[in-house]
Amino acid sequence: MSAHSSTKSPLKGYFAVWIALLIGTGLTVYAATLDLAPYNAAVALGIATIKATLVALFFMHVWHASEKLTKLVVIAALFFLLLLLGLTMSDYATRLWS
Amino acid sequence: MPDNANASSLTAVHDHHGEAHAAHNPALLHHFVEEQQQRDAASLGMWVFLGTEVMFFGGLFCAYLVYRRWYFGDFAAASKTINMSLGATNTAVLICSSLTVVLAVWAAQTARKALLVSMLILTMVFGLAFLGIKGIEYKDKFEEHHVPGASFSFENVPIPGHPGQFANPRHAQMFFSLYFVMTGLHALHMIIGLGIFAWLLVMAWKGRFTPEWHTPVEIGGLYWHFVDIVWIYLFPLLYLIDRHP
Repeated sequence: MSAHSSTKSPLKGYFAVWIALLIGTGLTVYAATLDLAPYNAAVALGIATIKATLVALFFMHVWHASEKLTKLVVIAALFFLLLLLGLTMSDYATRLWS
Repeated sequence: MPDNANASSLTAVHDHHGEAHAAHNPALLHHFVEEQQQRDAASLGMWVFLGTEVMFFGGLFCAYLVYRRWYFGDFAAASKTINMSLGATNTAVLICSSLTVVLAVWAAQTARKALLVSMLILTMVFGLAFLGIKGIEYKDKFEEHHVPGASFSFENVPIPGHPGQFANPRHAQMFFSLYFVMTGLHALHMIIGLGIFAWLLVMAWKGRFTPEWHTPVEIGGLYWHFVDIVWIYLFPLLYLIDRHP
């Protein structure tokens, strides 16, 4: 959106993000072949979250969004997603299922 | 009030309306102060919709997490039967399509019609490639009897890291149910995205988009990127459980 109003070309940034996303994909596949004991899932999700953040911030222009409400909606969506996952998992992880 | 006075005041209002039209860009709707506000309102609306989509997919991710915790070994065994190279290729294909989308938006912003049209076509080519690769994966699963239902079969598949133990077919079937629902719903979003982009392509071809008004390209792009983000999470969660030897 505001890329429109800025005079600097955003193209370099777009290609840099694209390269970073491809490297991230390669890293995820490589990390999956390593035995990191309990940390395999954490590493995979960590890389996925970095990739998703890059897409949202730079491809979806959240970083340069002129409207603060857009950022609020993004944060609210993530908050409720974490509430859903966090509360559900805290229940299933602490209850005794035989 | 006499009839003619009423008519003349109406005419005056109409004249004023006409002047207002002449003063600003015809793409700017009357209830917005300026073009920037109009663009922000459109993208905010799209973000609210994407917020509902986050919860839509979030429920499935939640179900996945619960069952993955319960049946980890079975999920790992089932995950190993999916073709990882096809999944990784599809991830790269979607990432490339996200680049072409962002280039299309830039082309619309800077009035580069030829670039806009070619980037929209490239995005659709990547989207179709993704669905084609997905189709190959689904075909493999059908042939291996890994599709949940009456002919599902998952006998004597070893659990990774637990020699001598075999996956419970019922638990593996739960993995494949989640696999097909999540990737299927994602594929449905891709098909809808392809429809949106086909329409954008026609509009772009006709030269309807200008640097002042290209809102459909922007919010169509937001949708496409969101579908990409969903896949960025689906790939490691479904394809890469306990892959190490």
